[in-house]
Amino acid sequence: MTHRSDRSLSVAGLARVEGEGAMHVRVDGATVTDVRLEIYEPPRFFEALLVGRGYTEVPDITARVCGICPVAYQMSACAAVEDACQSTVDGTLADLRRLLYCGEWIESHALHIYLLHAPDFLGYPGAVELARDHRPVVERGLSIKKAGNELLTLLGGRAIHPVNVKVGGFYRVPAREELRRLVTPLRRARDDALSTVEWVAGFEYPDFAHDHELLALVEPGRYAIETGTPTTDRGLTFAVRAFEEHVIEEQVPHSTALHATLAGRGRYLTGPTARYTLNHRWLSPLAREAARSAGLGTGCRNPFRSIVVRAVELVYACDEALRLIDGYEPPAAAAVEVPPRAGVGYGATEAPRGVLFHRYRLAADGTVDSARIVPPTAQNQACIEDDLRRFVAARLDLSDERLTYECEQAIRNYDPCISCATHFLDLHVARTVQ
Amino acid sequence: MGTAPTLAVWKFASCDGCQLSLLDCEDELLAIAGRIRIAHFPEASRATVEGPYDVSLVEGSVTTPGDVARIHRIREQSRLLVAIGACATAGGIQALRNFADADQFRSVVYARPEYLSTLDTSTPASAHVPVDLELHGCPIDRRQLVDTLTALLAGRKPDLPGHSVCFECKARGTTCITVARGVPCLGPVTRAGCGALCPAYGRGCFGCFGPAAVTNTPALVDRLRELDMTETDIGRVFRTFNVLAFAGGGDDPSQ
Ligand code: SF4
Repeated sequence: MTHRSDRSLSVAGLARVEGEGAMHVRVDGATVTDVRLEIYEPPRFFEALLVGRGYTEVPDITARVCGICPVAYQMSACAAVEDACQSTVDGTLADLRRLLYCGEWIESHALHIYLLHAPDFLGYPGAVELARDHRPVVERGLSIKKAGNELLTLLGGRAIHPVNVKVGGFYRVPAREELRRLVTPLRRARDDALSTVEWVAGFEYPDFAHDHELLALVEPGRYAIETGTPTTDRGLTFAVRAFEEHVIEEQVPHSTALHATLAGRGRYLTGPTARYTLNHRWLSPLAREAARSAGLGTGCRNPFRSIVVRAVELVYACDEALRLIDGYEPPAAAAVEVPPRAGVGYGATEAPRGVLFHRYRLAADGTVDSARIVPPTAQNQACIEDDLRRFVAARLDLSDERLTYECEQAIRNYDPCISCATHFLDLHVARTVQ
Repeated sequence: MGTAPTLAVWKFASCDGCQLSLLDCEDELLAIAGRIRIAHFPEASRATVEGPYDVSLVEGSVTTPGDVARIHRIREQSRLLVAIGACATAGGIQALRNFADADQFRSVVYARPEYLSTLDTSTPASAHVPVDLELHGCPIDRRQLVDTLTALLAGRKPDLPGHSVCFECKARGTTCITVARGVPCLGPVTRAGCGALCPAYGRGCFGCFGPAAVTNTPALVDRLRELDMTETDIGRVFRTFNVLAFAGGGDDPSQ
């Protein structure tokens, strides 16, 4: 087929992403002139509605930003609020938080790999259709997902918007025997995760590499989940408390999510591939071996292969959960006291989709004066658009239908959580006004 | 296949948590998918089938002019419309904007409001169209969702409780945390459905399923005061995920 001039492709409602998005690409002749990932999810004004609330309400309220990664919101919120109050949660309570977070990684990664992403590689519109031909495979994915949900349910009370998390720790901590009950399902999930790595390593991947700067939390000695220092693969490191000096957000007309860049550096990518590139040496031996046999090496710059990284992180999260359960002794108290204090607090954790920054300013009685949340998808949007631009330019020979389909897949590589990205339009404004 | 009932899942302003509950039915998902035709569920499949639909699940609240039109279109195409979750049944946490000065809220929030179009209010589906069934909760309870879909498939009316969380504590064998430990709890006025989760974790219910069918909120508010909750905290706890539902029905605790 020859190049037609003035093509325009659009997908009005992107499927198998969390939230509401659309994609528009304009091609004039052989040049891609415009690529827009349009996010039209209506904003829900979280930063505005947090103002005037009590500091202890922040984890529960911000959880409602995203039903796919509520624990990430609760953990970043707790970290930021505790920072503002100059309190520290460590020891077993910190381990339990990491364990809860492992549950969310397992649930969310299994969801993305099996229900949202794999159907693309195998040519099915969705997992239900995939299950008609490959039922045992989909059942394996659901079973891993279920193990993650069991962990979330036991420790958090329920999988979506857990009720057991509070500033300072938990309302109730489990007995040793309760956690032991998770060992069998988690061991099975770990085996299934290893099979998952093998399975996805056999998919066909388009030859594609990006040159985005990669940002992840790094904490020498262990794979970053709930703590760490923001670090890039090009040598930038900054304290979580300084994130607002480095992460610059900009409003663009076509999206209700903001575009984030690194000050003086430009676009950057966060999420599993960035995390893997910066943290791979701290994977558990089993996960490292799985990564090696899947051919991952010391980094990953092909967004299509993010599914392999997610599978490796799935192995790691199961392994890490089992390790934490094995060493668990119930702490003396379920939470530490966190008295309110006037101040500003910052928090950052590794949500399944990438770094999630929170910042709160509290009054002396703990009332929230201002809030700012920078979710992963807002940070990745510029990279996604850049990838699409290059991706389309190299595939102008394809039919519109095929090209549209492949672009959709390119977007799903990032597991964009559009619900999260959208609720933060006000952040930018709060900053420009001040 | 052609005669299998069709199911559509629609999203309005929400966190996706309630529709995720459907994908969280790991044991039942493939069985359900075998008995119905999932005709529109963009979070799960890119294949969609034109309406009309036998059952539409609606998640999220109505917050834009476009969505007002969309909920009407969905109603026209759906034999049964089921609103799922606090957003769809009560406007959700985002309905806090309804109590704020809309202009002020907007000017604080938007650098360039001309790029967007949002309403001053967040409202439930029932404020715009007739709704056949409501599943409460933030999020909805997975078992209730499965039971409801199963009942609808069998042509039965699902059995959804209108009583309070207190009944579920008793059924579960949880000792009342207010009586035993003096923990403030909204259980007496909150609709059952979660299985009395929070009290089992030593936490007072915070009303995420909204008000029960019959409530005596003033009596509970007196009790909360006795338990040393400040007026500010009492106001806050009723003004979260079901702010519109608790404020309705003439028993707004803050009045
Ligand atoms: S009711 Fe709660 S869980 Fe359901 S979509 Fe709304 S915010 Fe999410």
